[in-house]
Amino acid sequence: MVALPQKVNRANLLRSRWGSEVEQTGEYSVAADRSAVWTGLNDPEVLARCIEGCQSVSKVSDDVFEASVKAKVGPVRATFSAAIALTDIDPPSSYLINVAVKGGPAGFAKGSAEVILEEADGYTVLRYRVAANVGGKLAQIGSRLVDSAARKMADSFFAAFEREFEGQDRRADGASGNSR
Amino acid sequence: MAKEQGIGAAVKRKEDLRFITGSGRYTDDLNQPGQLYAAFLRSPYARADILDIRSEEAEALEGVVAVLTGVQMAEDGLGDLPCGWQVKQKDGSDMVSAPHPPLAVQAVNYVGEPYGIVVADSIATALQAAELVTTEFRELDPIVDLVLATDSERIHADVARNLAYDWELGDAEATDAAMQRAAHVTRIEITNNRLIPNAMEPRAALGIYEAATEEHTLYTTSQNPHLERLVLSAFVQIAPEHKLRVIAPDVGGGFGSKIFIYAEETAVLWAARRVGRPVKWTASRSEAFLADAHGRDHLTTVELGLDAQNNFVALRVSTRANLGAYLSTFGSSVPTYLYGTLMAGQYRTPNIHVEVSGVYTNTSPVDAYRGAGRPEATYVVERVVETAARELGVDPADLRRKNMIPPDAFPYETPVALVYDTGNYEASLDKALALADYVAIAERKAEAAGRGKRRGIGLACYIEACGLAPSKLAIALGAGVGLYESGEIRVNPTGNVTVFTGSHSHGQGHETTFAQVVADRLGVEFDAVEVVHGDTGRVEFGLGTYGSRSIAVGGSALCRAADKIIAKGSRIAAHMLEAELEDIDFADGQFQVRDSNRSLSLGEVAFASYVPADYPEDLEPGLSEKAFYDPENFTYPAGTHIAEVEVDVDTGVVELVSFIAVDDFGHVINPMIVEGQVHGGVVQGVGQALLEHGIYDDQGQLQTGSYMDYCMPRADDVPDLVVDATVTPCPHNPLGVKGCGEAGAIGAPAAVINAVVDALGTNDISMPATPEKVWRALQG
Repeated sequence: MVALPQKVNRANLLRSRWGSEVEQTGEYSVAADRSAVWTGLNDPEVLARCIEGCQSVSKVSDDVFEASVKAKVGPVRATFSAAIALTDIDPPSSYLINVAVKGGPAGFAKGSAEVILEEADGYTVLRYRVAANVGGKLAQIGSRLVDSAARKMADSFFAAFEREFEGQDRRADGASGNSR
Repeated sequence: MAKEQGIGAAVKRKEDLRFITGSGRYTDDLNQPGQLYAAFLRSPYARADILDIRSEEAEALEGVVAVLTGVQMAEDGLGDLPCGWQVKQKDGSDMVSAPHPPLAVQAVNYVGEPYGIVVADSIATALQAAELVTTEFRELDPIVDLVLATDSERIHADVARNLAYDWELGDAEATDAAMQRAAHVTRIEITNNRLIPNAMEPRAALGIYEAATEEHTLYTTSQNPHLERLVLSAFVQIAPEHKLRVIAPDVGGGFGSKIFIYAEETAVLWAARRVGRPVKWTASRSEAFLADAHGRDHLTTVELGLDAQNNFVALRVSTRANLGAYLSTFGSSVPTYLYGTLMAGQYRTPNIHVEVSGVYTNTSPVDAYRGAGRPEATYVVERVVETAARELGVDPADLRRKNMIPPDAFPYETPVALVYDTGNYEASLDKALALADYVAIAERKAEAAGRGKRRGIGLACYIEACGLAPSKLAIALGAGVGLYESGEIRVNPTGNVTVFTGSHSHGQGHETTFAQVVADRLGVEFDAVEVVHGDTGRVEFGLGTYGSRSIAVGGSALCRAADKIIAKGSRIAAHMLEAELEDIDFADGQFQVRDSNRSLSLGEVAFASYVPADYPEDLEPGLSEKAFYDPENFTYPAGTHIAEVEVDVDTGVVELVSFIAVDDFGHVINPMIVEGQVHGGVVQGVGQALLEHGIYDDQGQLQTGSYMDYCMPRADDVPDLVVDATVTPCPHNPLGVKGCGEAGAIGAPAAVINAVVDALGTNDISMPATPEKVWRALQG
């Protein structure tokens, strides 16, 4: 097994003033080359496997996806439907993900995430910056928990996403982490 | 008659046994055969157009009976929820009242506004189905900020500048002139924080429709079931009054929030008729936060002018009141006639002018909450008086005393439309100062400083107008209903007594207090009196309980009915005792021929009235009388509250170390119940001063929508309260009573904040004085 340079895997709270706006940045390293990461990020099947609680992801067109995700934010549990549109696409290095999430009585979230992929030595660094608004029950009783929930989801996504590549490259070495 | 259970006795509350043993009957405890359950579709947006509601998937779910929306409600011809108080603007025109359909039809205007109702065979199914309804909204920018609202887009098409009214009271010219002549003017800006009521029992409704008789029955958590029936019949037109019965059984607290006629209760009854089966709904705590009418939420600038001798010469008040997205049932009256009229406080300020802008915003409607306008007024007056004393370097108690209306000046007509009937403000001030050991505060401050604490003391000398209200005056000022009360007393054939009152008890202990009054008046045992309330099918009419009116108005109605019982009983007794009517005296339950030993008990007379063998020819059988009592004036409870706090300079935590309430409620029927009412009010006032704040963010999302973020006072937030009294009996009602339900919540906020200001040495603090705010203030 190749020793990887020290990786940074974290999501940072940028701003969560007491309100329904959330701003977060994150930086994750994935042990795969940039074009493989890019392809993975655009593959509905990969996404469906990696997003915790994902019921379905379908590609409406090259840059429009629809997803259905079961999620829990503090006391708010619901199946959220997400409409995802990709803009400012610059393969394989960056795009902007625009998301509108609706959870009926559970409330809504809408926002966008700027995603940048950078090639490093034997891995790819993914940086994102997300700004979102939440509303309804999410804001009413979950707002102070949205940040930690989003961070948890991001951690879980990238852990699973990385395993996708471990599976391809080093299936035999018993990489750490739980299988789904 | 057992005097130890009559007027003035601390009788234990008869209702408490069932409350504390879990055998109360609240709306949610009631069930009907074939009953269904409702869940509401609520807006997640503060402002949006409703484009499309797709409910096929929800309707297909097993157990779902119906998904109904505002469109169908409108098709069924149901009317809007009205505002019950028409406020006239400065220019004489009517306030601008936006249409308020019970279920939103085209647009939603606050987060949590209901636009549909799902009816299913279980609560779980109803909630699940509500999740399956997909609603397409067109989001619009919400108008949330109270200051910017009047320069923003219109929330309602017909309301220019989002202004419901621009109202004034008092002589503007004279006040301006006096202010100009003043030797000193104190000016402060005040925020009165938005509060969320949080009654222990959330709102609930059970609607029943009998197709065969077309009878509608609504069990609900109401403070005034007759008003609910009246509004649902006359305005919403859900059913004619004689086909509609509203029952408010045991109700677990209201604090004003259960006065109003809400969408949900209306929709439940309508849905029950639509589906032909009983429908029940009980609000979750989350729904209560969003959709119970909130309280307070004012921005105010106040100026107090004083002459060179420190006499108050002018008071000028300008307030912006947040009314929320729609005018709630009494939302218009709270920041006007229940607020501006109290600006004289306890003082003889000769010139007062108040102007209030009532503003729509995309937030939950705002209406009466314990005190309703009077806590806001007291806060304005007592904060500016306190500030003036500090600016002038005079003792705050002395400045107040100097300007108080003296005891020999009553009746006293204020410059803001009220005539105070009686009072002795210096007496309650003196008593409170003595209890507080006011003269030794410097020593206590020094001792606290040695422990790293800053100690402060604060006064509030409040007055309230209670016993709402003289009907003619109220109607002249815009009220849509009279404000009298009804009472009925039935002496049963066996001599015990059933009392019917239009007042409603939802924690106040009327079943005890009113029984004491009737037992005392009729000379019967306390336990022989049963009080019935809260049912339009049993009580003839009533206007319910709010504004500390129950004993002053409802109790007075019962006194009138008792007088009629005694008058009729005297005629029966005179006939039976073969005496002249003029020779019959009634005392201690006995009709007695004067200067003789011939007498009959009330029970004997009652029996004779129902078995009229030996009975006056010209008299109807039976011994049952009713009375309506319309007060000739408000009552004016007043008093002095003194708070003492210690501030931790490292953490900014404010500890309330002592609270003294000396109140003049006139005569007291049950001192234990009154003390309990003061305790409850004070704790709510302390909650407003130190802990509670309903906050919307700029998207109109409620940030304080649960107990994680909305901080309610707990037992360890308050010290043992010292409650005492002075008494000037009300001169114009038969019991000499004034009302006690709101006083604590009226006096406490100003007293606590004045104490915090004293401790900090800066005026720059707003409610709630949270540790963060106090700490920042301490950093300068």
